[in-house]
Amino acid sequence: MSTEAEAGLYDYSLRPPRLPPPVNPDNDRLDIDLDTRLEMFETQQVLRQFEDRVYDLFMQNLVKGTSHLSLGMEAIATGVGKAMRSDDYTFATYRGHAHTLARGAPLGPVMAELLGRGTGVLGGKGGSMHLTSAEHGMMGSYAIIGAHLCVANGAAWSAQMRGTDQVAVAFFGDGTTNIGAFHEALNLASIWNLPVVFVCENNLYMEYTPIDLVTATAHPAAGRAPAYDLDPVVIDGNDADEVLVTARLALAKARRGEGPSLIEAVTYRHGGHSRADPGKYRPAEEVEAWLAHDPLPTYHQRLLRLGVAESLLSGIVHTVADRVEEATAYAKAGEGPSEQVLMTDVWADGGSSWRN
Amino acid sequence: MAELSYREAVARGIAQEMRRDPSLVMLGEDIAGAGGVFKTTVGLLDEFGPTRIRDTPISEQAILGAAMGAAMTGVPVIAEIMFSDFLAVCFDMVANEIAKTRYMTGGQFTIPVVIRTANGGGVRFGAQHSQSVENWCMMIPGLKVVAPSTPEDVVGLMAAAVRDPDPVVFFEHKSLMATKADLPDTEIVGRLGEARIVRSGSDCTIAALAFMVPRAVEAADRLAAEGVSAEVIDLRTLVPLDTRAILGSVAKTGRLFTVEENPRLCGWGAEVASIVAEEAFWDLDGPVVRITTPHIPLPAAETLEDLAIPSVDRIYETIKKTIDYP
Repeated sequence: MSTEAEAGLYDYSLRPPRLPPPVNPDNDRLDIDLDTRLEMFETQQVLRQFEDRVYDLFMQNLVKGTSHLSLGMEAIATGVGKAMRSDDYTFATYRGHAHTLARGAPLGPVMAELLGRGTGVLGGKGGSMHLTSAEHGMMGSYAIIGAHLCVANGAAWSAQMRGTDQVAVAFFGDGTTNIGAFHEALNLASIWNLPVVFVCENNLYMEYTPIDLVTATAHPAAGRAPAYDLDPVVIDGNDADEVLVTARLALAKARRGEGPSLIEAVTYRHGGHSRADPGKYRPAEEVEAWLAHDPLPTYHQRLLRLGVAESLLSGIVHTVADRVEEATAYAKAGEGPSEQVLMTDVWADGGSSWRN
Repeated sequence: MAELSYREAVARGIAQEMRRDPSLVMLGEDIAGAGGVFKTTVGLLDEFGPTRIRDTPISEQAILGAAMGAAMTGVPVIAEIMFSDFLAVCFDMVANEIAKTRYMTGGQFTIPVVIRTANGGGVRFGAQHSQSVENWCMMIPGLKVVAPSTPEDVVGLMAAAVRDPDPVVFFEHKSLMATKADLPDTEIVGRLGEARIVRSGSDCTIAALAFMVPRAVEAADRLAAEGVSAEVIDLRTLVPLDTRAILGSVAKTGRLFTVEENPRLCGWGAEVASIVAEEAFWDLDGPVVRITTPHIPLPAAETLEDLAIPSVDRIYETIKKTIDYP
């Protein structure tokens, strides 16, 4: 075995594990009413069960192309989504199923989009990596990292000029913090005092590579915050309550006209980067520890501690299962897009003509 | 009527549209207090204020991202990219985000952005500040491409670009900035996708764009003295492309020359030649000939740059030789 491999530089699975923080018991006492917590329990269930189903549909070869699942990371989309106002703007990455659903986009059309059906939320033209639902404030999933932070700035700038006190939220991964657009976006947001919240979902790996191997600071987002006159904020991204209260503060600050925030929510993918990746580069002990820090059972336990009956929670789980079944049936029943749509909507006139 | 330079026409076109639409804003590097490095935005800060005329850091991705995000949420934007060469540092925004989002989302968003940029050579700036890159944008579905050659077209096509709901890349030519013309004082509004017959002729068609238009006209004047009647078409916009004007002219003259400032490979003339070969083959009396900059980066020294970019002499001689020896 080479020295490099011993150091875990090439065989990442030999590197020391990055372990999750313990669940903070004080978070049971955060100022969140029970209805909100039950809604977040339900949303996390929706995201989990929906993506579990997406994975199954992959295996049946019904979902083509690629897909990037948020399994294990549901608490972030849930907590931030819950803190947002219905007219706020969400900008997500190719790993955007959860963010789209968390804003209230209907399950059936989202599932249908993943199956390439004409009944999909984008009519089959966007697919998994570009989920969008403008009517729900879901302003798009951008599959080339970094750009959408700049676009979120634009939506925030527009809100600032229109005086609407809307806020734009951009979700992105740890890998994004090393691309230039991230730095351009943070600087502009800071100097223009834009109502925007940047949420880094630090799942410890940029695609297949441990983020710490390729990043100059221990915290890829928070470590850069001071350079842009922002507070370094690091939270447990697997605790929806902690995410919610952090997001509320950031959104309120933005709405008060006090400018942008950068939140680094530490989390972990249960699976690999994408459909093609089994995620074998991660130490077994690390995966095991994070599976034990799964946001869903953790939240379930909290609600039981807060006196919620198990029967109520299991009822929600079953209701969500029914909704996912319905969405799957809706998606499977949809026809493929009609040939006519191939040439539509390049231009605002609905067409695609480039000549007269 | 008032005499106006091409550079002043840029500011006039923007001002005309900002007065018409109070929601229209502009951002870019050095555009406000400095009035633009080419002085194309002089006076706009004073009239419209710092909220609508906004200076930015040197952050082209942030500039175009802000433009896109604002445009898709109801605020139309003019964004300046100082030199068109710099489109390369923000081409993700241009080619992947601004151009494709409407199609990818099944038409959920309209993105009324005009990307203004100083294009072209002749000013001895060397290979990274002199390129003619209209073809970079022409090849991307979802972008409209405009390159005016006269002060009147600068105003009219600026208005057309701003009023168009789709993304438009608007190329302002550095070597035309001092060109002057008398312009009416009334509102000027042009149309995208409409070429202009600058000079009628019957023996050959010369299709040109921007800085190459006055050179093509001068070459045509010299050809006329030799008894060759050349028709010069200023394409004005590459997307939409006025193929009717090109095909109509070729049907009349039977010969087509393109005069392109871009390096040879995949210049806009290649597409024009392909369309004519496919759709007007039986109208042609000889080969389509492209007169372009050679396939090299542009050199800085004036003698070399002048050798590279199609000159009046080269246009004249190429056409004369081709017509004489078909």
